[in-house]
Amino acid sequence: MSILEKQNEFPDDSSDRSNDRVQPDGRDPVLDQHLEAALRNFKLSVDAWSEAAYSTRRIPQSAPRRNWRPAAAWALGCALVASSVSGVVYQRHEKQVKAKQDLAKLVEQQKQAADLQAVNEEDLLASVDSDVSRQVPSAMEPLAQMAEDESK
Amino acid sequence: MAAGSIVEPMNSTTAAEIAADEFSRVVTEHRPQIFRFLLASTRDVDLAETLTQECFLKAHRNWSSFRGDSSAMTWLMRIAINLQKDHWRNRRMRFWRTTRTNSVDLDEASEWLPSGESSAEQKMLAKEQVRHVWKAVEGLSDRQRTVFLLRYIEERELSEIAEITGLSEGTVKAHLSRAVGRVRTELGRGK
Repeated sequence: MSILEKQNEFPDDSSDRSNDRVQPDGRDPVLDQHLEAALRNFKLSVDAWSEAAYSTRRIPQSAPRRNWRPAAAWALGCALVASSVSGVVYQRHEKQVKAKQDLAKLVEQQKQAADLQAVNEEDLLASVDSDVSRQVPSAMEPLAQMAEDESK
Repeated sequence: MAAGSIVEPMNSTTAAEIAADEFSRVVTEHRPQIFRFLLASTRDVDLAETLTQECFLKAHRNWSSFRGDSSAMTWLMRIAINLQKDHWRNRRMRFWRTTRTNSVDLDEASEWLPSGESSAEQKMLAKEQVRHVWKAVEGLSDRQRTVFLLRYIEERELSEIAEITGLSEGTVKAHLSRAVGRVRTELGRGK
């Protein structure tokens, strides 16, 4: 006898299926048949779902073990890959920074050289100017001095 | 045992091997049922799987203390129910208590139909019935749900349910009666 056929062991579930009329306690026998069918379908549905989920999920049949080795291997592998990648990236970054610094240094040197050259040229021009602009005695001055002396 | 025969003392390695073999047999035999019960209780495949694993882990740890007073299935089912209770209690204590679980909704759960239904109309009717039962089960208290599922999914006797849940048989009957009443009402609404 299935469990669904044992419904009458509960006060709420007692029903006389030979009588299709509504029971004295107001229970509808058709609904009880309906209830039986629904409970049967419910069980079959859960069974189908569970079997499908169980077989596709492949729950390991042995007692669960703490399998830490694959996880550790993965973690180690990831750490190695990450460190090597970050090393390469760091080296590249360092090279770029050094190249920028060298370029800046070169530009600075060129600028300093240009400035120095400009200063030298300015000094030269200034000295030439000063040489050119030096005062010389007037060529007529001795004669003028003599004329002055004679008049005295 | 023949009189006068020498009884060789069982060494600890042999005893451990026997216990391991026995436990392995219990796992193979009962694991699908425990999973099914937890799946029906939670409607969450991942959670059911996790709790099933925890159940057998716990059983494995305590296997030596299992005295066989009850059947292995009863013992395992008790562990599964306690784990499930602990899970929900811990979850309730978390601040993200309102976050959604991975439980499938009623419609999705009702998609699993018994393969026997042939015509489209029969399938539709069966699907509707299953959906109504799920809806009623969702509205049950934890205890009512446990008793209901043990009875109608696991097909356990009332005395077994009483042993598993630690309730008296009368209390089990009362819970079951209320649960069936809820299902009946829900089915009545759907008619």
